[in-house]
Amino acid sequence: MDTNYNPFSLEGKTILVTGASSGLGQATAIACARMGANMVITGRNAERLQETFNQIDAPSKVQTLADITVKDDLERLVASLPPLDGAVLCAGNSTTLPLQFGTREKFDEMFEVNFFAPIELLRLMYKKKVLQKGASVVIIASIGGTHSFMPGNGVYGASKAALNSVMKYAAREYASRKIRVNSICPGMVDTPLIHRGTITEEQLAEDAKRYPLGRYGHPEDIANGALYLLSDASSWLTGHDLVIDGGFSI
Amino acid sequence: MEIQEFIENFAAQFDDTDEALFTADTKFKELDEWSSLTALSIIAMVDDECDVIIKGNDILNSDTIQDLFNVVVKKQKK
Repeated sequence: MDTNYNPFSLEGKTILVTGASSGLGQATAIACARMGANMVITGRNAERLQETFNQIDAPSKVQTLADITVKDDLERLVASLPPLDGAVLCAGNSTTLPLQFGTREKFDEMFEVNFFAPIELLRLMYKKKVLQKGASVVIIASIGGTHSFMPGNGVYGASKAALNSVMKYAAREYASRKIRVNSICPGMVDTPLIHRGTITEEQLAEDAKRYPLGRYGHPEDIANGALYLLSDASSWLTGHDLVIDGGFSI
Repeated sequence: MEIQEFIENFAAQFDDTDEALFTADTKFKELDEWSSLTALSIIAMVDDECDVIIKGNDILNSDTIQDLFNVVVKKQKK
């Protein structure tokens, strides 16, 4: 066995993870560091961002407190970024709301967090050439809105479908700099986001049984997908929406 | 909001159930039409009409419409 062989290594790469104070962002930031990346993490909650920061064992690490839905925060974040080899856009939110209650206001709230903020961050990182040639961008989308259409998820799913669409356009346009853009479409993953009480714990347990692999995802299941997309192992992959959902959308 | 108006808003979330079946004592989860989507609609209706956020457990722990109304009133007072 060649113990030096590791196409998934992130050694020497500098990677930004947004939404790193919780859930998928936190797990992804920790995993990237374990693969040898220099880390830049950002999130809205100082205390929880610090918790993630403490768990990161990386050659170098920086944390920037920022709410990327706030213009000044976003611009301050972009101005502070070192040249990047990768970015994982995890910051997002969810809502469970039947469409007849999905007012313009509800859609705006969801799109602000899930769509406009990450897309503006992506635009600025490209335009200001923060993303280096050959960089890899990973957008956390969802199976909702493109692969799955569960009642109550319309407002959320639409925001994620929009992300998946822009991901593909960006993959085409950014290819001129050999920058790859892909998304991950997770099924339900066990993060604080799904335990807010609109859906009861009993309903969640029942729903998890509908997954062919018998459980909801762990944050690490998604983080491992991001490692692949960030690493040179996926050098020839762009514009792809990687479904990681325990078989739910089959 | 009075209980009668609450019952009317509650009934409006159903499509096929006779309106006469909705009273304060109606055990709503025993209605044929009750579903997880109806539960989400009730949560959204309460948010819209009563400006109160109730949770899935509030519905789970309520048997009658009156029970749920009591939860809403209690949360409004907080």
